Amino acid sequence: MTDAATPTSRDNWPLWEVFVRAKRGLSHVHSGSLHAPDAEMALRNARDLYTRRQEGVSIWVIRSEDITASSPDERDSFFDPAGDKVYRHASFYEVPEDVEYL
Amino acid sequence: MTDPTTSTATEAAPTATTATEAAPTATTERTLLRSQGPPSAPNGGHTPYLLGLADDALIYAQRLGEWLTRAPQIEEDMALGNVGLDLLGQARSLLTRAGELEGAGRDEDDLAYLRDEREFRNVHLVEQPRGDFGEEMARMLWFSSYQHELYTALLDSTDEVLAAIAAKAVKEVAYHRDHAGQWVVRLGDGTEVSHERMQAGLEAVAPYVAELGDDDRASVAAAEAGVGILPSSLVEGTVAHVQAVVAQATLSMPDEPRWRSRGGREGVHSETMGYLLAEMQHIHRSHPGAKW
Repeated sequence: MTDAATPTSRDNWPLWEVFVRAKRGLSHVHSGSLHAPDAEMALRNARDLYTRRQEGVSIWVIRSEDITASSPDERDSFFDPAGDKVYRHASFYEVPEDVEYL
Repeated sequence: MTDPTTSTATEAAPTATTATEAAPTATTERTLLRSQGPPSAPNGGHTPYLLGLADDALIYAQRLGEWLTRAPQIEEDMALGNVGLDLLGQARSLLTRAGELEGAGRDEDDLAYLRDEREFRNVHLVEQPRGDFGEEMARMLWFSSYQHELYTALLDSTDEVLAAIAAKAVKEVAYHRDHAGQWVVRLGDGTEVSHERMQAGLEAVAPYVAELGDDDRASVAAAEAGVGILPSSLVEGTVAHVQAVVAQATLSMPDEPRWRSRGGREGVHSETMGYLLAEMQHIHRSHPGAKW
């Protein structure tokens, strides 16, 4: 792990995850990943790889190893309990007639 | 395609003559221009100047295309490919404009594919064969720094089309300059080996740099007419930017080279140019008029 943090040759450039925001008001969305020796170059590589067809106005890059992800093994305990709790959806309210935008 | 240019030109001519006070200057200028270009297009005198700008971009785009699949990483393949495509776009616009001003009915393809070596007006720097990656970054740093100064100055060109091309291009070359600078700093201030090779890259391109600042006849004429800019006036800004990057990269500027390239703007090229053109032009020449 520590080796990957020190890019001494092109073979161990760390992996970066790229998030692109398509336009103002939207959120950054994961676009893909790439290799780069450091954050500045990762940003530039992301510009060249993921925004060459005007896909974005803002880019985030983050080292893949800095992302903590949920594990597929924990899927049952993580996500299944939400399955039978339909009351968490905001679909049980009666909307008063004079509320226009909801 | 020739009609709009020709008609604007002929309409403009009487106006110039009615400005009686300016008459002597105007006449000399017109005679001067006429001697360099076809009489039907008074602005045709600037075709050689535009071809110089266009050919620099076109030939360097061709060289950069060679990096695809050969860069250190696939990400860099894309980066160099993007830079090449920016330059190709600039070349297309500039060639088209050069053809319009020439008024002989030649379009961008005619100019790119059907001219011979002696008619190309690019500097030697851009035609040199691909070296290692450090050398390429050294070349790109010099060339994009020069182009950045150039296009910034051309924003004020009296040729509105050229000014518009410059406005688009200046943003592109700012990115090229940044990209090259990022790498020069990383390689120069990297490991012992990368430092050595980056310094060697700077030394390798050094003999070709001075030519960018040569005031050839076409540039002088274009600058006098307000269409272009004297290359020598761009040297200071170009060198200043390169020096700053080189210093940050813990590298040193090469000593005055023992020889220097010259003559590209007059169509005198190095041996490698013929091979480059053969590769670039042979499809078009083998299948004249072919379409996708």
